[in-house]
Amino acid sequence: MSKPTFVYVTYIATTLEQLWDAITSDSFTKQYLGEGELQSDWQVGSPIEQVNSEGESERKGEVVRSEPLHELSYTFQFFDHTQPARVRFLLAPSGTGIKLTVIHDCLEAQSYLSFSPRWTMRLSLLKQLLELEPALELVA
Amino acid sequence: MDAVFKALCDPSRRKLLDLLYTHNGQTLGELCEHLTMTRQAVSKHLAVLEAANLVIPLWQGREKLHYLNPAPLQEIYDRWLSKYDRPQLDALSQLKQTLEGNPQETNHE
Repeated sequence: MSKPTFVYVTYIATTLEQLWDAITSDSFTKQYLGEGELQSDWQVGSPIEQVNSEGESERKGEVVRSEPLHELSYTFQFFDHTQPARVRFLLAPSGTGIKLTVIHDCLEAQSYLSFSPRWTMRLSLLKQLLELEPALELVA
Repeated sequence: MDAVFKALCDPSRRKLLDLLYTHNGQTLGELCEHLTMTRQAVSKHLAVLEAANLVIPLWQGREKLHYLNPAPLQEIYDRWLSKYDRPQLDALSQLKQTLEGNPQETNHE
């Protein structure tokens, strides 16, 4: 296994159930690439399909590991890059909230660079949504 | 958030983040190669960064790799910067970098 390209950790004031639902939800997976939501039954071996703006679905990857509430891992083809990436979400209770670890493997340097800023943004948004943080108040 | 600012309040620790930003996933030994500090000192600084969630240790076989975790910095961004127009801030930042010459040195020291 290649060395992970990046690792993100964020602590979210939520529950395992809510976080699991969120990372497998249409809205999060759509924000994930900003291209279209990902659809899957999130069972090991199941395909991951992306729906584009015309409503067409395209196979993008496959679920590698699925332990509801604890770990979700899938392969994913980014943009036009040939080498698929593996994305791992690890959920663990921590204090009164949940520690979410996101690990990416096999990402080429270039796709990592173009993708990474978007990722932190999405994670941060996820955190805000789950914590029902009045985001508008913060920036008003 | 206090832990993040405290962790950032030290040039050696900022240097460590710079090194990880340039090349993510390094071992303690690799990081020491670029620094004049003792291994113990680097190890201590890494522990502070880990406590602030700015560095994530990940075991790969028998190697402990260190990853820069930008998530806490994004939270700072969200809190104080997100309402400002990105292009204008970028332009100002570019202007500063161009005028000051070396962007790395001036930004980080």
